[in-house]
Amino acid sequence: MLKKLLLLVVAGFFLASCAATNTEQGGDVDAASSSTASGGDITAGTQEDLIINVGDRVFFEFDSSELTVDAQATLDAQAAWLQQYPDTNITIEGHADERGTREYNLALGDKRAFAVYSYLAQAGIDTNRLEYVSWGKERPEVIGSDETAYAQNRRGVTLVN
Amino acid sequence: MIKFLFLIFFFSFKAFAALEVTIAQGKVEPTPIAITQVFGNDADTARYGNTIREIISNNLTNSGLFYTVNEDLYIQSDNLVEKVPRFEDWKLIKAQFLLSADVNKTDKGIQLRMRLYDVFNGTEIEKLQLTVPDEDLIRRVGHTVSDIVYERITGETGYFDTRIVYVSEVGPLDQRVKRLAIMDQDGHIESHQFLTDGKNLVLTPRFAPNNQTITYMEYKNNLPRVYIYDLLTGEREIVGDFPGMTFAPRFSPDSKSVVMSFSDPKTANSEIYLMDINTRSLERLTNDSGIDTSPSFSPDGEKIVFNSDRGGSPQIFTMNKDGTNIKRISKGRGVYGNPVWSPRGDLIAFVKNIKPNFYIGVMDTNGENERIIVQDFSLESPAWSPNGRYLIFYRQQRSNTDGTGGETSIHFIDITGYNERIIPTPRDGSDPAWSPLL
Repeated sequence: MLKKLLLLVVAGFFLASCAATNTEQGGDVDAASSSTASGGDITAGTQEDLIINVGDRVFFEFDSSELTVDAQATLDAQAAWLQQYPDTNITIEGHADERGTREYNLALGDKRAFAVYSYLAQAGIDTNRLEYVSWGKERPEVIGSDETAYAQNRRGVTLVN
Repeated sequence: MIKFLFLIFFFSFKAFAALEVTIAQGKVEPTPIAITQVFGNDADTARYGNTIREIISNNLTNSGLFYTVNEDLYIQSDNLVEKVPRFEDWKLIKAQFLLSADVNKTDKGIQLRMRLYDVFNGTEIEKLQLTVPDEDLIRRVGHTVSDIVYERITGETGYFDTRIVYVSEVGPLDQRVKRLAIMDQDGHIESHQFLTDGKNLVLTPRFAPNNQTITYMEYKNNLPRVYIYDLLTGEREIVGDFPGMTFAPRFSPDSKSVVMSFSDPKTANSEIYLMDINTRSLERLTNDSGIDTSPSFSPDGEKIVFNSDRGGSPQIFTMNKDGTNIKRISKGRGVYGNPVWSPRGDLIAFVKNIKPNFYIGVMDTNGENERIIVQDFSLESPAWSPNGRYLIFYRQQRSNTDGTGGETSIHFIDITGYNERIIPTPRDGSDPAWSPLL
């Protein structure tokens, strides 16, 4: 037992000396990405165009990745828009509300993003133009611990690359 | 330079176990221990002594199993390292155990000598000396002595000379910046270090059970994948080459493999896989259209507990290590997640949600005898102490539409549900995980 302890202790101290070389970086990282429009004319085929004229997102029920009737209508419009701008590629983000474990919500967000992805693919959009990613509950759209916020956070968002 | 700590036990008692501790007995009345001044013979060693005494006293008190008898009551004020105590004086103030120590400089570095006495029996139960090359290791001396005292008296393995890796959080909830960070188990600020710079989102770090490696998830170039981080070398490496999201990683008990979820991008169906880190051989363990995630090995490596919604709602299941013999074990109300097998093998910690609250509890490995330990509006991520007696987890406060609230903090609790306290972190903290003993 003593031998083992000593061995572990040696490893631990080696670690302590190495760890000192890690730089401590203070400060927040700019999580910048300007989002919304600057007024005036909207350039066709852009994210702004998608948001204003089509709708960039669909919403899900609690713990569900099924597309609602409303969601399908939005995605029909997105598909038509994507056909209109064939050079546009997109990434679909799947999100969950905060009422679930982190890992389960990563899986759920993935299913939601995929539901959007497959709907668009079935609507004839070349899958080479589509990517998707889950953000679980990590990036809420609306901050708040109430159903109004949750309903807007259970979403699939289409982003023009 | 390689630093090491040189430890000599003069006696090698097996567990002395004057204090019988079982996890089923509920609230334990803390045992009184007197800790004399840790004597020094110059300004430096006196200062080290004060630090060491404070660490030992805090550790033992925080365990919930001890309290330190107030120093003002001590009748005998001598250094008792080389001198037999007047046990009657210590009985009078109702100290059940007595620890005395001193610190000296030697040609090998800084030397601590310690003796531990059973006051009621008037016997010495531990005597040791411990040498470290320099003062950077003084805190570890305090933790090591704490472990020895805890082990000698309770008969359980200690947990003080350990570290906690967690996710440090800062910024608005919709753009939260998260960094891996590590600190001593007591959260002492001098031990705190950031491991990542915050550029990429990081989640769910977990220690290997028998070395200083962490597995975690990172969004590098917006691709969510499982990584390992070798704390000895500082090297980070992706686990496997997967075409889609990998997440929810944990080490196998031999620390050679990682069990995790992989979501096939052709189906977005999360299944549990086991990957050998060295050979890269990959084994798929589940095959179901539902979500399968949050796998956690039993310490004997024979079973895996995991979270699945294959029956409609998220519940807890166990399976053999090869994926056979899948059984649902969660039986109570509500939905379940985040199961973690105890390092003792006897219990599974879990999270459950019965609207509107979240709960952390433990159950037997067959799902029987579910007990809730703590509840709140939002809490998750239970992680076991290496001796299987305590859990750490995090709470999150409610957030408000004006962007306030949502603070996260790391907490420690005895699995009897008593003795909860916060583990201080410089910023918000979530997803804590405990290292093995250093």
